[in-house]
Amino acid sequence: MVLVALGGAAGSILRYLTDRKIQQWRDSPFPFGTLTVNIAGSFILGFLSGWLLHGAEPSSVRALVAVGFCGGLTTFSTFGYETVRLFLEKTRLYAVLNVVATVLAGLTSGALGLLLATGVFP
Amino acid sequence: MPRWDVLLAIGAGGALGSLARYGLSVAIPHARGEFAVATLLTNALGCLLIGVLMAVLTTTARPHHLLRPFLGVGILGGFTTFSTFVTDTLDAATTGRLVGSLAYVAASLLLCLTAVAAGLAATRMLRKGRPE
Repeated sequence: MVLVALGGAAGSILRYLTDRKIQQWRDSPFPFGTLTVNIAGSFILGFLSGWLLHGAEPSSVRALVAVGFCGGLTTFSTFGYETVRLFLEKTRLYAVLNVVATVLAGLTSGALGLLLATGVFP
Repeated sequence: MPRWDVLLAIGAGGALGSLARYGLSVAIPHARGEFAVATLLTNALGCLLIGVLMAVLTTTARPHHLLRPFLGVGILGGFTTFSTFVTDTLDAATTGRLVGSLAYVAASLLLCLTAVAAGLAATRMLRKGRPE
């Protein structure tokens, strides 16, 4: 429980800082910040899930990094809100692009993490 | 550099939101590859609430500067998860439930985006006519 809370706090703060940096660096209405944290978190969780499948992922890593940190780093609510906002602000193409890019890139990075774990833990 | 009180509010909210998500996942467990009801519920509920929150914040004259960091970035951001949505989908696809995994993606997107829009619209309607 404590590990989930700690990981969630760290992941959420890192999500905020990453989003800020990216939005400063790339001043665009397209939500690159949220996309970035969702891709990164999916990769890490994909890797950890692969580790879990191959046996010996410690339960402390599961609680701290998988449930806490990755869950806190990634977000569905901000992705949803930004998509709806893009849609309502008449930048509908961006809204559709955001959904397609987030889902495809997220699944791909998750699968890559899973594959990497398969290579690392034979 | 961001303010420390903002980071603290996000951290505290993220911890609480993550614990709530963990609690729901323990209360409604699912076997690997099976339809992840808990994740879907978590994300849909979080999306509904962010719609409500943002409608309130954008129709309030001067909301407290820690409200969005604590409730939005922290609690709702920590509560909802994209990474588990991805691994749930991959689990379903790699255990031979390809149709199930596609249905899960479609259901998550449809439910969550509708929930945001509904939360926004309902709250704006309720607050119509309020002085700003």
